[in-house]
Amino acid sequence: MNPVQFVLDVLSLGGAYALMALGLVIVYGILRLVNFAYGELIMVSGYTMFLVSGSGLPWLAMAGCGVIMAIAAGIATDYLAFRPVRAKSVTAVLITSFAFSTLLQNAALLFISPRPRAVPLPELFSRTVEFAGVITPVRNLITIAVAVIMLGVFSWLMRSTALGIAMRAAATNFRMARMMGIPANLIISAAFAISGLLAGAVAILWIGRIGTVVPGIGLQPLLIAFIATVIGGMRSLPGAVVGGFLLALIDTALNYTLPQDLLKFRDAFTFSLVILILLWRPEGIVRGPASGQRT
Amino acid sequence: MAPLEAASVTVEFAGLRALDDVSLTLGPGEILGLIGPNGSGKTTLVNAMTGQVPVAGGTISLGDAVLTGRTPREIAHAGVSRTFQIGRHFDNLTILENVATAALGKGAPVRVALERATALIEEFGLGRRLDDLAEVLSYGEKRRVEIARALAGEPHYLLLDEPAAGMNEEETESLIEILAMLPKDRGLGLLIIDHDMGLIMRLCERLHVLASGRTIAEGDRRTVRDDPAVIEAYLGSGSGDA
Repeated sequence: MNPVQFVLDVLSLGGAYALMALGLVIVYGILRLVNFAYGELIMVSGYTMFLVSGSGLPWLAMAGCGVIMAIAAGIATDYLAFRPVRAKSVTAVLITSFAFSTLLQNAALLFISPRPRAVPLPELFSRTVEFAGVITPVRNLITIAVAVIMLGVFSWLMRSTALGIAMRAAATNFRMARMMGIPANLIISAAFAISGLLAGAVAILWIGRIGTVVPGIGLQPLLIAFIATVIGGMRSLPGAVVGGFLLALIDTALNYTLPQDLLKFRDAFTFSLVILILLWRPEGIVRGPASGQRT
Repeated sequence: MAPLEAASVTVEFAGLRALDDVSLTLGPGEILGLIGPNGSGKTTLVNAMTGQVPVAGGTISLGDAVLTGRTPREIAHAGVSRTFQIGRHFDNLTILENVATAALGKGAPVRVALERATALIEEFGLGRRLDDLAEVLSYGEKRRVEIARALAGEPHYLLLDEPAAGMNEEETESLIEILAMLPKDRGLGLLIIDHDMGLIMRLCERLHVLASGRTIAEGDRRTVRDDPAVIEAYLGSGSGDA
């Protein structure tokens, strides 16, 4: 096992996982509700790129379209699935977010195809480079770079802007934040928009590994994001990032060490470790604010 | 600035009258003490005035603007802020960020909000703890942060629900000094609920006394203190005969 190779694998997988987890936890933090339609934001982004692939636009513009549509779909989730029933009950929101997820998946099945569709990718994504003595796909380095930049911008946004401080205040005590005069609906829509932006970035990086989009493509990222936030700490943004990298570390370590015939059971080993982590720290590794009441 | 006025306010909880026809006026630059035995409706009146409980009758107004039926956020924007009996903080935000939220909520740009918050925290003697998380503060410090936060929104009126509860003598003393300066420095109208009569008597010129949801006395502090109805409400009837 080459240590450089190992570290690159963990960082590139972890970067993607961390972005997925952040996109889920940014909404959960404020509303205390898991957006089950989160995976479909990634799907929307993928299909948008497929649909514009014949347009002759430069690749970056196509990727931009994918991200913009993911943001739009994020905001639409808020308006269609969350806002109308938010004040009523948790159950209602869970069901509407499932329904929205199913609706989007079926729309893709019906209007596009259940079969995989190729997504345009720049040639760079399939190239490999030699880096510190190991040969690695360029897309892994791109993933690491994108993750570092996005996590940096995100942490600056949350720490130093009015929107970020207001969002963290709303995530700690929503009702109190409202009383401070912070506009609740705007904050929630902003959280969904950021969730969509992260999903759009994830879509490009994730589809970059596979090359195609199918209606169910969002399920795995949703599951990864969910597990990462649970082990990292559901209420903490840094926790989501820690959880993402930890999950990537577990996955990669198992990939390297499990014998060939056990490799297909990798997820069973991953989940066993996740259970052990949760037995050790039931609230996740990074503890969030103590006051966690839903509003 | 026009006075903050509650006129014939009635609040009901499931048929129970928590406030019955209570009228109160708070002028700019004035400190009014709202006192009364436990359960007399003091906090309910503050809740009603800041839109946290619906009123069954009467009106709350700020000059020409009617505040009855408006949301807490709209009332905060109109210039009426409050603090709570049990302090409510953003535990995982720093003290600086906690105080800044009120300014941000009023639409101040982030730099202005942070500057204003820094100045207030220094004024309240917590300047060295700007970047500490709010959850590590002592009880008395939390109360001060809460008042500073309310002030960061630059309200015209501030309603304080038991600001000195749980404070030791030293902390109470410094709180009294800070509170006494506020009306003069900012033209702020203050309403203070507290059971510490020493604090009330030192700060408030005028008192308003509630018992069982009704006004039983109001006016100058000396007159109110000697009012037989007030003494009876506090000590119970029959105490004079013993």
